[in-house]
Amino acid sequence: MACFLVPASEAVITTVAEKIIRSKEKNDDSNNASSVPKVRFSDKLGWLNKMLWGGSALLAFEHIWHGEVIPVFPFLTAVQNGETGEMLAEMGTAGVGMAVLVTLIWGGMLAASHVIENRKVDISSEEAGQ
Amino acid sequence: MTLLITVFAAVTVTIIWYKNAPDTSMQLGTLSLMFWGASIMWFVDAVVGYMEEGASFFMQDAAEMLNDLYLGLSVVALGLIIWLVILMIKDPHRVIRSLITGTNRQ
Repeated sequence: MACFLVPASEAVITTVAEKIIRSKEKNDDSNNASSVPKVRFSDKLGWLNKMLWGGSALLAFEHIWHGEVIPVFPFLTAVQNGETGEMLAEMGTAGVGMAVLVTLIWGGMLAASHVIENRKVDISSEEAGQ
Repeated sequence: MTLLITVFAAVTVTIIWYKNAPDTSMQLGTLSLMFWGASIMWFVDAVVGYMEEGASFFMQDAAEMLNDLYLGLSVVALGLIIWLVILMIKDPHRVIRSLITGTNRQ
């Protein structure tokens, strides 16, 4: 019905967050110069943005295909047909589930990159000690 | 069917991205993340559908399967078009820029 609106809303928030964090990181980078290169958090947040925006866009297309999204007001056939309650329930189950699972998988990607970066730090400190 | 086609697209693009790493100029990482995002979302949709309908969720008639096949292929085409637009805007090899300005690429 309109489940893609939940991850799309999350994408708006994370995109704004990415912009703010990126500008802060630019200021920090000019002050600190780390010897071991690390992926910036704003770049990692970019992974989540791409999954959320890409997924929402393709899902929105599917909703247009099935006639659930229309080009005239109120844009959603569920609202036009008086099924707003059902639509909100679907957004609460499928929509929230989509946003949560994408974010959880991104969390897994963050954890994996953290482990790899720490390994890189260990190797470079061992090399420096020799 | 749409979920399957998107997962196959995501896996294929991820393999191509991995093969070309660390060269990221073609924005293949963006394309693969887009397809993975859509795959995860359709997976949740499928789980919710299965919970509501049970095993009959997987039993589609031929017309529904054909419609889903067209939808899946259209979704992949749309994903590729979005990726192409991003690539043209970022223009990593400065092809578009040199065409517009009339200068030769170095």
